[in-house]
Order: sequence, then structure tokens, then C-alpha cells
Amino acid sequence: MATLEIKDLHVQIEGKEILKGVTLTINTNEVHAIMGPNGTGKSTLASAIMGHPKYEVTSGSITIDGEDVLAMEVDERAKAGLFLAMQYPSEITGVTNADFLRSGVNARREEGDEISLMKFIRELDSKMDFLEMDEDMATRYLNEGFSGGEKKRNEILQLMMLKPKFAVLDEIDSGLDIDALKVVSKGINEMRGEGFGCLMITHYQRLLNYIEPDQVHIIMQGRIVKSGGAELASKLEEQGYDWIKDELGIEDETVGAEA
Amino acid sequence: MTVETTLALTEQDVRSYSANVEEAAWMADFRASALAKAEVLAMPKPDKTKITNWNFTEFPSHTVESSIYATLSELPTEAIELIDEEHQQNIYVQHNNTPAFTSLSAELQAQGVILTDIFTATREHSELVQKYLMTDGVKVNEHKLTALHAAMINGGVFIYVPKNVVIEDPLQVLFIHDNEKASLFNHVLIVAEANSSVTYVENYLSTMEHAEGQANIVSEVFAMDNAKVVYGAVDVLAEGLTTYVNRRGITGPHARIEWALGLMNDGNTISENITHLVGNGSSSDMKTVVVGRGNQKQNFTSEIVHWGLDTDAFILKHGVMKESSSAIFNGIGRIAKGATRSNAVQESRILMLSERGRGDANPILLIDEDDVTAGHAASVGRVDPLQMYYLMSRGISKEEAERLIIHGFLAPVVSKLPIEGVRKQLTEVIERKVR
Repeated sequence: MATLEIKDLHVQIEGKEILKGVTLTINTNEVHAIMGPNGTGKSTLASAIMGHPKYEVTSGSITIDGEDVLAMEVDERAKAGLFLAMQYPSEITGVTNADFLRSGVNARREEGDEISLMKFIRELDSKMDFLEMDEDMATRYLNEGFSGGEKKRNEILQLMMLKPKFAVLDEIDSGLDIDALKVVSKGINEMRGEGFGCLMITHYQRLLNYIEPDQVHIIMQGRIVKSGGAELASKLEEQGYDWIKDELGIEDETVGAEA
Repeated sequence: MTVETTLALTEQDVRSYSANVEEAAWMADFRASALAKAEVLAMPKPDKTKITNWNFTEFPSHTVESSIYATLSELPTEAIELIDEEHQQNIYVQHNNTPAFTSLSAELQAQGVILTDIFTATREHSELVQKYLMTDGVKVNEHKLTALHAAMINGGVFIYVPKNVVIEDPLQVLFIHDNEKASLFNHVLIVAEANSSVTYVENYLSTMEHAEGQANIVSEVFAMDNAKVVYGAVDVLAEGLTTYVNRRGITGPHARIEWALGLMNDGNTISENITHLVGNGSSSDMKTVVVGRGNQKQNFTSEIVHWGLDTDAFILKHGVMKESSSAIFNGIGRIAKGATRSNAVQESRILMLSERGRGDANPILLIDEDDVTAGHAASVGRVDPLQMYYLMSRGISKEEAERLIIHGFLAPVVSKLPIEGVRKQLTEVIERKVR
């Protein structure tokens, strides 16, 4: 079992503090959902975990099995077992999806022990098939001209090829129609198991109908304000966020506001 | 070095050279007259690059003697990698200034296709060469360097594709440069008659690190009615060799010329690539990639001039500058009065890998007609940190991520080169230069 531990994390962007002390522990074989309205700091948490250049961690810690993630470069974090399915993946002209994925796979292997081309293609084909992706997606340039849904599927394809210990999924459900959502969920469910932990960030309960979380956390004003089981998500679906705000005496849930 | 510098050769020198290489008799007068012009004409003035101190007029020797190759297997290793030794039947190899190997399949010979060194061409196809050599394409008297070129021609190739002949496989030309005292005044002349089609790929390959001479290269391409010429080139000339290279195309009605140029010289370079869309409905596609390093200074002009109606042009130019190298990119779309319904589109992008380098992308549209469409995009920038973040978030190291982005940035041209060996070589040269 591996553990991703986030303790009292404070993060700012361009001098503005967005996260104000987030504490969260995720083990492999667990799926956590982070929910919250817009502007509460959900995506900031995802970006800070992966090491986005614009986000500055001012205090707190992130560790994997005790190893200091914050001291690692972005590529080292990936090699330590982290993966972020991005909300807005970059488009990179001239680099084919397949070449990119192969570089990613080989980055985890020792020099001289690179994956054979045949083995790689076989695996890629089978995962693309599983995610109902067109064959030409492998040879197209990375995310270039991909539709919103294609980009999300491509993120999940990377997840399945790279097999991280912990995946953070940043609004993987946004902009997806119901069929695409089912396919993306199928990919994530396929990954569930002993060696895999997941943190899903979403503002809709809809995604959780397809991927049942073990724990649900509500984020407001840059902090986790409430945690519970899957039933918490159902309650949000029925009643919205207002009851939590009432319970906690919060008027404006966004980051700029204070309780 | 100033304009008045005495030229290295005299009229007597060029006349006796002409006799030595046993070219057509008219070439002696052609050279002598060009030399006289070279003495008085001014240097070209490439936009934003000062070349008054560049040495274009002096060189260690006008011509060097080099060995010929009995078979392709005698070529240097770097050159062998460029060719498909077993299957490439249509090839011309030049060793410094010496025509060293020529082969053209019996089938193409029977169809009347010509592939021969420029000296033989002036003799055996005198009328054709005299008609096209620096008359309607690049003119002798454009400036000092074109005149000098005409006087000094010491190599090159002539390709002729008769009417209705479609050549499927690329014709390949290798200019091997392995003598550091050699200078290259190569002239490439390609004439594709009506409804013909040909793909031509040339390589300039220095096998040494440093050279002393200069290159003054002119290529002229004529695509007649409805003909198609694909012209691929990879220039890898050594540091120390000052280069002026002028590649020009002229189209007949509904003709098309496509350029894919990998300009990878390590010395100071002025490159001018112009297509005149003369015939109605003709088109040109001009793709160029460039990598600059060290203290290299380079100037690249890509220009397409619309004369005919309904002519279509696309210029795409991508460059990577590292260390203290500087490059000026001039992209020019010119639409002459009367060239109605023409379309001129261009895109220039420079990726800067260092703070010290200089990159200028100048998109220029000169339009003298109302009923046309035109567009341009230009940018000079650094590697996008968000792209780096995305790639690195998959475990890819910083160096590898940067490598992927650079290759991707240059891929639109690299992928257009029609010969696999040449494509591979260009990828390797890019790899070596950006590392």
C-alpha cells in the first residue's frame, strides 16, 4: 500500500492565496472525490500536487510514503507515482500522441530497458480500443484539433498506459456527453485496485454515479469543510451546497471571501 | 571588404577555366561578360542583415580537383546514409567541384529525361541550357553575387523532364564537400515541360567541421503548363563557409512548385527563395526550417510573387535559434496588379532557446490588386512553459520534453521531405544542432 499525504497546504498564485490549509490522506485502493462550487480552490489543489509552474506552495507538505513531493521537479513527481489528468491539456504540434506516450512509458524504465515498439503498439491498441478511440488518434499530433471529449479520453488513455500509483483527475467530466462520460468512467474503474489511488475533482455529482467514491470532501474558501462517504455526494445532488453553507455559517464560498 | 574589391579571377582565368572543363563555347563569353558585370554591380542588400564585412569575393581557390566515385559504395559514410543504395537509379553526385557519379535509369533515358552535370549539359543540350541559364529565372545582372556566380560556375546539374513525363521516384543529387579549400559555385537548372512531374532532392554535405571557402549557389526551376516540381533540399555546410544561396521558381499556367528546405548550415548564410507565379492558376508551397547556433548570422527571404490570375501561395517558415545566433526571416507575399483572385498566405515562427540570440520574423504583404485574399502570422517566442509542464507531468525529463517540442516545431517541413534517408538525416542534424 502507498499513501499520498497532504498536510496543511497553503498555495498562492500571483501573490493571492487560494488554498488555506488543506489536509487530506489518500491510500492506494481508495477513490476520493473533492467537490465544491466554482472558485473554491479545487483545481489549485490538483495543480499544486503536480507542480504547475504558476502555483506557489507557501507552507504545508505533500508526501508519498514519506517522500517529499514538493522538493521534486514535475517529472520526478510523475516518476514517484503521481498523475494529473488535466482540465486543459496542452496541444503540441509535430509530436504524435504515440511518440509522446512512448517517451512517457520509457521515462519510467531504465536506459537500455525501453519498451519494445511491438509491445508498446499492442498495449496502446488495446487501451485505445477499450476507450473506443479512433485508431488515427495515435498518429495525430498531441491534442491538436482534438474535441473536448477526445482530449479527456486521451488523458485517460495516458493514465492507463502510465499506470501511476495516484491519479488526480481535474474535472475529467466537464464538457462530456453521457456516452463519453461512461467511457471515461469505464477507464478509471478499470484502474481501481490494490496499486491505485484516485482523487477526483468535480463539481457535479453526475460523475460519481459512474465511479463510486470511498470518501467525499467538500471544499470551500480554500479549505476542506466537510468529509463523508458516498452518501454525502447524494445529499449534495438532492439539496445543493446551501445546507453546508448554512451549517458552517458561510455566506460566500469562494476563495476571496472569509467565513 | 568593400564593393570595389578586386575580384579573385580575371577574364583570362574564366575563359581558360571554360576551356578546361570542355563546356559549350558560348559559356566562355557568358562568363566573361558576367565577370565584367560583377566588377561594377553592387552587393545585394538583404533586409536587416549587414553583409558588407562578409567575404563573398575572395576564396582560397576557384576550383579543386577531387576523385570520382566508380560506384555509390565508395561515397563517404555520411553520404551513403542518404541514399537507398540498391534502388536509387537516378542520382548525380558531385565531389567538391568534380562531377563524380551520374546514373539515370534506361527507362527515364528512353523517355527523354536528362540528368547530367552542368558542363556536359552546356555541350550536349546547348540550346536548352542557353535558353534557360540565368535568363528568365535568376538574372546575371541582379547584383554582384549573381554576376559573380555566373562567371564562376564550377559545378551543378541540369535536369530536363519532357512533356507529359511523370517521374514517380525522386531524382537525387548529392553535393559532397570534403575539401576545406573548396568553394561551391553550383548551378542547378530544372526544366519540367508541360504536364510533367518530378521530385528533386538535393543535399549539401560538408564532412569536415571547418572550411575556408564560400558557396554561391543558384537554382532555377521552371515548371511549364500544368507541370509539378517538388524540390527538397537539406543544406549542411560547414562553419567558416560563407554562403549565398538563391533558389528560384517560375510557374506556367496551372503549374505547381513545392519547396521543402532544411537550411542547416553552420556558417553565415544568406538564403533567398523566390517563386514567380506567372501562369494563371499556378501555385507554390514554400516550407523552410532553420536552426542557428554559435555566433552564426543568417538571413532568409521567402517570397512568392503573384502575376497570374487565381494564383495560390503558402509560405511556412520555422526556425530555432540557440546561443548567440541571429536570424532574420523575411516572408514576402507580393500580388501584382491584375493578379485577381490570388491568395497569399504565410506563417513565420522562431523559437528562441537562449537569451543572447536574435530572431526577427518580418511578414510582408505587398498587394496591388483589390480582389485577393491574404493572411500572415508571425511569432518569436520561447518554449511554452505550459507545454513543458504537460510533458514533464508524464515523467518526461526536461531535456527530452524540450527535444520533443523542438522536433515537433520543425516537423511540418521535415515530414515533407520526399526521401526517407534525407528525412532521417535532417532529423539527426537538428538533433545535433540543438543539443
